[in-house]
Amino acid sequence: MTVTTEILRRTPLHALHVELGAKLVPFAGYEMPVQYPAGILKEHLHTRAKAGLFDVSHMGQGFLAGDTAALERLTTADVAGLKEGMQRYGLLLTDAGTIKDDFMFSRLAGEADLYLVVNAGCKEGDFEYISQKLQGAATLTPRFDRALLALQGPLAAQVLERHSLGISNLTFMKVVRTTVAGAPAIISRSGYTGEDGFEISIEGADADRVARTLLVEEEVLPIGLGARDSLRLEAGLCLYGHDMDESVDPVEANLTWAIGKRRKLEKGFPAADMIMEKLVHGAAKKRVGIKPEGRAPAREGAEIMAEGRVIGRVTSGGFGPSANGPVAMGYVESKFAADGTKIDLMVRGQALAAAVALLPFFPHTYKR
Amino acid sequence: MSETRYTDQHEWVRLEGDNATVGITKFAAEKLGDVVYVELPAKGKAVKVGAEAAVVESVKAASEVYAPVGGEVTGANEALTTEPSKVNDDPEGAGWFFQIKLSDTGEFAKLMDAAAYAEFTKSP
Repeated sequence: MTVTTEILRRTPLHALHVELGAKLVPFAGYEMPVQYPAGILKEHLHTRAKAGLFDVSHMGQGFLAGDTAALERLTTADVAGLKEGMQRYGLLLTDAGTIKDDFMFSRLAGEADLYLVVNAGCKEGDFEYISQKLQGAATLTPRFDRALLALQGPLAAQVLERHSLGISNLTFMKVVRTTVAGAPAIISRSGYTGEDGFEISIEGADADRVARTLLVEEEVLPIGLGARDSLRLEAGLCLYGHDMDESVDPVEANLTWAIGKRRKLEKGFPAADMIMEKLVHGAAKKRVGIKPEGRAPAREGAEIMAEGRVIGRVTSGGFGPSANGPVAMGYVESKFAADGTKIDLMVRGQALAAAVALLPFFPHTYKR
Repeated sequence: MSETRYTDQHEWVRLEGDNATVGITKFAAEKLGDVVYVELPAKGKAVKVGAEAAVVESVKAASEVYAPVGGEVTGANEALTTEPSKVNDDPEGAGWFFQIKLSDTGEFAKLMDAAAYAEFTKSP
């Protein structure tokens, strides 16, 4: 008998997760904490009330050198116009103009290179794709050895200020090279929970010490992937591979804000004519927020019904601890996409009453 | 006198006369994590042994609760609909799911006793 086991990669914080009593699960090829002993519900609520520390070291970090504006060939974002010290959200597109991934990119003060962060499950593919497409113009150096921590929540700034003097002056989507607990770091005021907070990129070798330093603070609890998912869902943020993938374009995914103003005029991104046509005249389907009326959550894959037929599918769904009820996102035919439209969700063969709802389900508290 | 037995699907059944009270075990509740929603069977519903009788959802996922014994549903723990966290707080007490009037006591006798269930849930 042959037993083949997937060899899971570990982040530099693996030993710490084990020590903290995390429940570890395979995620994007890594062994990652889905929850700690506090449990998903408490971890979620703690992040919204105080501060939560997330290990997101599995995400793909790298630096793009050379003609960095050439990245505009692959994304709708305004790369050339990004000012020093700023971070921006981008969509990486396939040749067909569908979403290959979403990513963050930063221009650090006084540095020519762009700092990129892509999704864990896509990182090898993304970096190969970018390298190949920008061959001769720009060079991408993966830094999968680096660690990435996210400190999120209303008390994140006061906690981080103790270990990184002046960091609380940074505002939303700004980024700086600084130190945290003496370790060299790239810190941005951003995250994926809807809360104020920071993402902290450090050398792998410093990660354990920095994480322990932050966890000693009374405001901070370690938070697993389970709460990360419920936090981002309440915040109306897409999870790649669920709420968007290579089957949808930026207009269908309702991410048109990620198309730079200048890019709309100049185009020059994949399938620009198709995307601009949809932007002006609308797409056949659209990503929307969905609020079930009862208490029963509708999960990913649930069919969405209206007028007696299937008009879409739930792509993320569950219980929102801060919304104190079920919340979901999904794609519907555009004629049903207006806020308040009554729909039914098919759960265990029964139609659950629901309505299209404005996103986010829980207000963002970014420090602008 | 009551006697409690367990299924390999991690339900417990407490039998008093021909009245069986059913819930999910402490082991199952811990595995599930924070319970956020419970769907209970209607009173008077006839359930067959092994049939899906209730649904329990944690933040993570939805799971079915199967009827460990067949019979007629005589009651359900409506408190769980407003306070699903009772399932985590006291899974084998206040967190019970439903009651069944047994149609065949033989089904109960086939289930695991506490010692057998403890052995069953031991990590391999």
